[in-house]
Amino acid sequence: MHHHARPSFCSLRGCGSASLPGWSSLENPEPRTRARGIQLLSQVLLQCHSLLLEKEVVHLILFYENRLKDHHLVIPSVLQGLRALSLCVALPPGLAVSVLKAIFQEVHVQSLLQVDRHTVFSIITNFMQSREEELKDLGADFTFGFIQVMDGEKDPRNLLVAFHIVHDLISRDYSLGPFVEELFEVTSCYFPIDFTPPPNDPYGIQRDDLILSLRAVLASTPRFAEFLLPLLIEKVDSEILSAKLDSLQTLNACCAVYGQKELKDFLPSLWASIRREVFQTASERVEAEGLAALHSLTACLSRSVLRADAEDLLNSFLSNILQDCRHHLCEPDMKLVWPSAKLLQTAAGASARACDHITSNVLPLLLEQFHKHSQSNQRRTILEMILGFLKLQQKWSYEDKDERPLSGFKDQLCSLVFMAITDPSTQLQLVGIRTLTVLGAQPDLLSSGDLELAIGHLYRLSFLEEDSQSCRMAALEASGALASFYPGAFSSYLLPKLAKELQRGELDVTREHGPNKCSRHLLCLQALSAVSTHPSIVKETLPLLLQHLWQANKGNVVIGFNDIIAICQSLQQVAEKCHRDPDSCWYFHETALPCLFALAVQASMPEDSSVLRKVLLEDEVLAALASVISTATIHLSSELAAQSVTRIVPLFLDGNISFLPENSFPSRFQPFQDGCSRQRRLVVLLMAFVCSLPRNVEIPQLTQLMRELLELSCCPGCPFSSTAAAKCFAGLLNKHPAGQQLDEFLQLAVDTVEAGLGAGSSRSQAFTLLLWVTKALVLRYHPLSSCLTARLMGLLSDPELGPAAADGFSLLMSDCTDVLTRACHADVRIMFRQRFFTDNVPDLVQGFHAAPQDVKPNYLKGLSHVLNRLPKPVLLPELPTLLSLLLEALSCTDSVVQLSTLSCLQPLLLEAPQIMSLHIDTLVTKFLNLSSSPSMAVRIAALQCMNALTHLPTPVLLPYKPQVIRALAKPLDDKKRLVRKEAVSARGEWFLLGSPGS
Amino acid sequence: MVGGGGSGGLLENANPLIYERSGERPVTPGEEDEQVPDSIDAREIFDLIRSINDPEHPLTLEELNVVEQVRVQVSDPESTVAVAFTPTIPHCSMATLIGLSIKVKLLRSLPQRFKMDVHITPGTHASEHAVNKQLADKERVAAALENTHLLEVVNQCLSARS
Repeated sequence: MHHHARPSFCSLRGCGSASLPGWSSLENPEPRTRARGIQLLSQVLLQCHSLLLEKEVVHLILFYENRLKDHHLVIPSVLQGLRALSLCVALPPGLAVSVLKAIFQEVHVQSLLQVDRHTVFSIITNFMQSREEELKDLGADFTFGFIQVMDGEKDPRNLLVAFHIVHDLISRDYSLGPFVEELFEVTSCYFPIDFTPPPNDPYGIQRDDLILSLRAVLASTPRFAEFLLPLLIEKVDSEILSAKLDSLQTLNACCAVYGQKELKDFLPSLWASIRREVFQTASERVEAEGLAALHSLTACLSRSVLRADAEDLLNSFLSNILQDCRHHLCEPDMKLVWPSAKLLQTAAGASARACDHITSNVLPLLLEQFHKHSQSNQRRTILEMILGFLKLQQKWSYEDKDERPLSGFKDQLCSLVFMAITDPSTQLQLVGIRTLTVLGAQPDLLSSGDLELAIGHLYRLSFLEEDSQSCRMAALEASGALASFYPGAFSSYLLPKLAKELQRGELDVTREHGPNKCSRHLLCLQALSAVSTHPSIVKETLPLLLQHLWQANKGNVVIGFNDIIAICQSLQQVAEKCHRDPDSCWYFHETALPCLFALAVQASMPEDSSVLRKVLLEDEVLAALASVISTATIHLSSELAAQSVTRIVPLFLDGNISFLPENSFPSRFQPFQDGCSRQRRLVVLLMAFVCSLPRNVEIPQLTQLMRELLELSCCPGCPFSSTAAAKCFAGLLNKHPAGQQLDEFLQLAVDTVEAGLGAGSSRSQAFTLLLWVTKALVLRYHPLSSCLTARLMGLLSDPELGPAAADGFSLLMSDCTDVLTRACHADVRIMFRQRFFTDNVPDLVQGFHAAPQDVKPNYLKGLSHVLNRLPKPVLLPELPTLLSLLLEALSCTDSVVQLSTLSCLQPLLLEAPQIMSLHIDTLVTKFLNLSSSPSMAVRIAALQCMNALTHLPTPVLLPYKPQVIRALAKPLDDKKRLVRKEAVSARGEWFLLGSPGS
Repeated sequence: MVGGGGSGGLLENANPLIYERSGERPVTPGEEDEQVPDSIDAREIFDLIRSINDPEHPLTLEELNVVEQVRVQVSDPESTVAVAFTPTIPHCSMATLIGLSIKVKLLRSLPQRFKMDVHITPGTHASEHAVNKQLADKERVAAALENTHLLEVVNQCLSARS
C-alpha cells in the first residue's frame, strides 16, 4: 500500500481528485464497489494524514460526512477514513464537532462489527486528545451522543477503550448535564465484571484489566454515589465471592473522592454489610477487604470539614460500630471477640479522631473486663486486645501532653501489665511484656517509678528457668527496646544488678560450677548484651564483659570452655548493636580488639601452660573470637579502619606488640616465622580482621603478608592454621583490584597449589588452598576462575582427593559465614551461581559419562551440590537436559547424593509438573524405594516428593493411586515419628486425588 | 434494597466458644536420632485429628474443643486407639459427620495393625448411642464412603485449609 501513497496523494493535490486511482468507483452505483473505492482512499489517508493541508482536510471531511448517509456496506470504510482524518493536525476548528455530530446522528454503532465499533471509539478518543475545548463546547450533547454509541457494547476490547473514554469525560470535566444517571447506567451494567478470557486469547485482555478500568470509572466521581452505593451494598450481600471482593474494593476506591454528603444515607447499610462479612465469612480475603473498606470509610468521614451546625457523621458511625462490637469484647472465649476487636481497631486506625473516640470508649471497658475475668487465657485475650489499641496510638502524634488519650489510663495500664508479667501463665506473661514495650515507646508516659518497677520485673524475667525460654527471650528483647528510650533508667536500675551478678560468679572460684550457677552466668551475659542498645549503655557493658574475660584469664575465676564461648557471643551481640552508631562502633573496636588480641597472644606463648589459656586456643573459641573481631571491623569507616590496620598487621608480621595492654610477654610473637604451632593458630584472628576491612583500606606490607599466608597455607600438621591462612589469602585476593599485583599473587598461588598437589605430604592443604582461591575468583567473575574450576573438576577422578573435591562444589556454591561475604565487603556478584552453573554443568555431565564407574558418584555429588544451590527459576529451563541424570542419581547409593537430588526434584515437581509427568513411572518407583532407605533424612525427603507428586495432573496419577496408597501404608508404621508425619500427609493427599470434594 | 440477612443465619451456633490451637509439636533430639524408635502416642494421634475442619465453621475441631488430647487413648504395643469427641451442642446434627471424618482420617493415617474406636464423649449428645453404633459399624462406614456427597464433605473436612 505504502508505495501507492505518495503519488496518489500528489495527484489529489495537483490534478484534482479525478485522477486518483479508483476515484470512479467512489461514485459507482454498486455499494460494494463504492465501499472498495472508499476503503482504498481511507487506507491512503491513514498512511499520509500528517501531510494533508487544511484545505484538503475540509474537502475530505465534507466528502466523508456525506458518505455516512450512504449504504450500510460502505460505512466501515467511511469510518476508517474519518479515523485517519481525526489524526490530522491540520483539521480546522469546528470540524471535529461536525464529524462527531454526523456519526451520532447517522450511524447506529451497535449494529456494526466489533472492529468498526472500535474505529468509532478511536475517532472519539483522538478528538478528545486533540480537540478537548471544541468538544466541550458541544456541552452535554457530546456525553449523550457517546452514551448512545456505547450502549449495549459487549466486546472486552471495545469496553476497555469505552471505559477509558468515560473516565476522561469525568476526570477532564466534560459537561454531563442531565445525563449523569444514564452515564452511570451505561457503565455500571457491567459491574461486577464476569469475564474469563478465552484460551489462547491473542488480545491478552485479563479479567483484572476490565475490573480495574471499570472501577476507575465508577469510583471517579461523587456524582455517581447515590446510584453506586446501593449497587455495591447489593453485591456485597450476594453469595458470589468475586462480587463481594470487587464491591468492597470499589467501595474502598470510592472513599478517596467521597465526602460525608455522599455517604450519609448509606452508612447504616454499609456498616451492616461489612460487619456481616467480617463476622461470618469463611474467606480471609473477604475479611481483609471488608476491613480495608471500613478503614477507608472511617478515614473519609474523618477527613470532611464540617459546618459548625452540621451533625458529625463520624461520631454516629463510630457509635454504631461500638454498639455492635462492644459486648463481644466482654466474651473473650467466644468466636466473635476477635472479629469485633479487628473491626474496632481498623476503624481506630483510620484517623486520630477515630482512634480517640474508640480508645476512650473501649479502653475502660477492657480494663474492667480484665479484672472481671480471672482465668489466665481470658485475661490474655483481653490484654492482647488492649495491646492492639495501644499500638494504634503510635500512629498519631499528640503535640500536647494532656491531649494524649492514654495519660488518664496510665496507672491502670501499668498495674495490669505488672499483674500479667507476674501471672503463672507464660502466654499472659508474653503479652504483658509486649504491652510493656508498647507503653514504654509512648513518649513521656511512664514515670521514673514505673520504670524502676518495670526494670525490676525485666531483671527477674531475664533469669527465668529453661522452661520459660520464650518469656526470657521476650524480656530480653523488651529490655533492649526500652533501654534505647531510657538509657539512664537502665543504667541506674539494671546495670548495677547485672554487674553484681557477674561478680558473684567471679567470687565463686572455690565452688565447682553446678548447672545452676553456670546457667545464671550465661543468662547474665545475655542480659548484658541484650540491653546494650544505647551508646551510653555500651560504654558500661563492654568494659564489664572485657574485665570479666580478663579476670578469667588471670585465674581469678574458674571458667570453662562454654563460659568463654558465651562471653564471646555476648561481645558479638554488643558489637552488632553498635552498628548503627559510628561512634559506638569505633569505641567497641578500639576498646575490645587490643584486649582480645592481648589475651590471645598471651595464651599463645610457649611458656604458658594454664588450663584457661589452653581453652582460649581451641578451634571453637578462636572462631568465636574471630567472629567478634570481624563484627567489630565490618562497619568501621575507611579512615578509622586504616588507623587500626597499621597496628594489627605489624603485630603479626613483625611481632610489634606495642598497642596491646599488659604486654610484657615472656617470648616474642612471631606466628609466621618460628615453628610454634600455638602462635600460628592466631592467624584466624588476623583473617577475621583483614578480611572484614572496607575494600579501599590499604594494607601495609601486603606482598609480604600474602607470601607468608601462602607458605602457612601449605604447612602440614595443623589443618586449622593452614585453612585459616588459605581463607585469609582468598579473602584478600577477592578484594584486591585487578592489575599486575593481583596477577602476581595469582601466579604465586597457582605455583604453590601445583607444587603442593605434586608433593605427597601436603596434597590436602594444597587442595584446600585451590578450593578457597577458586571460590574467591568465582565470586568476582575473574577470568582465571574457569581454569581453576577445571583443575578442581579434574580432581574428581583423583583416588585420594575425589570425594573432597565433590564436597568442594558445595563450598563453592554456598554462602560463607566468616570471609568472602558481602557483609565483609567482598566482591560477590549476584549471579555467580547461575554463571557457575552455565559454565560448568555441561563439563560435569560430560565428565560423569566419561568417568570410570568407581568415581561416577563424585561427579553426581558435585553436580547435586551445584543444582541444589541454584535458584529454581534458573534450573527449570535446564531441566529437560538434566532430568535423566537426576533420575540416575536417585539410584546412586550415596545418601548425600540421594538427599540432594530429592531436594532438587521436590520443587521441580511443584513448578514443572508437565515435564515431570513424562517420568511418572520412574519417579513413583524410585521415591517409593527411597522411602524405606536406612537414612531417616532420605526417607523424609522421599515422602515429601511423594507428596509433591500429587501436584502433577490428576489423570497422570490416577493409574498409580491404588499402588501408591498400598505402598505408603508401610511408612505409616516407620519407627521414626518425623517420617510417619510425612507419610501421613503424602498418603492423605493421594487419597484426595480424583475424589469428590478435593 | 439493602440485604440484611446473610448466609450466617443458617448456622446452628453462630458464636461458638473457641479454644486455642496447640502449637506444632516441638521436635526433640530423640526424634532426630536415627536409632531411637518413637512410639505412637496420644499427642501424635491428636495431631492427626486436631486440624480436621469443622463442616460448618471455618474452624478446626481443636478450636471448637470437639477433640482434646486427654480424650485420646492409645497403646502402640497393643495396636489400639480410642478417640472420644464432644459435639459443640447436644443436638448437633453434624455429630455423625464429624465422627466419620475422624474415623476416615485415622483409617488413612494409621498403620493397618491398629484397631480404632471413635465415639462421642459420654453424656454430651442427645443421640449418642445411635451415632456410636453407626461409627462402629464397619459396613455402614464403608457404605457411607460410597456416597459421593458424603465423601465430598468428609474430604473437605480433611483437606488442608486454603
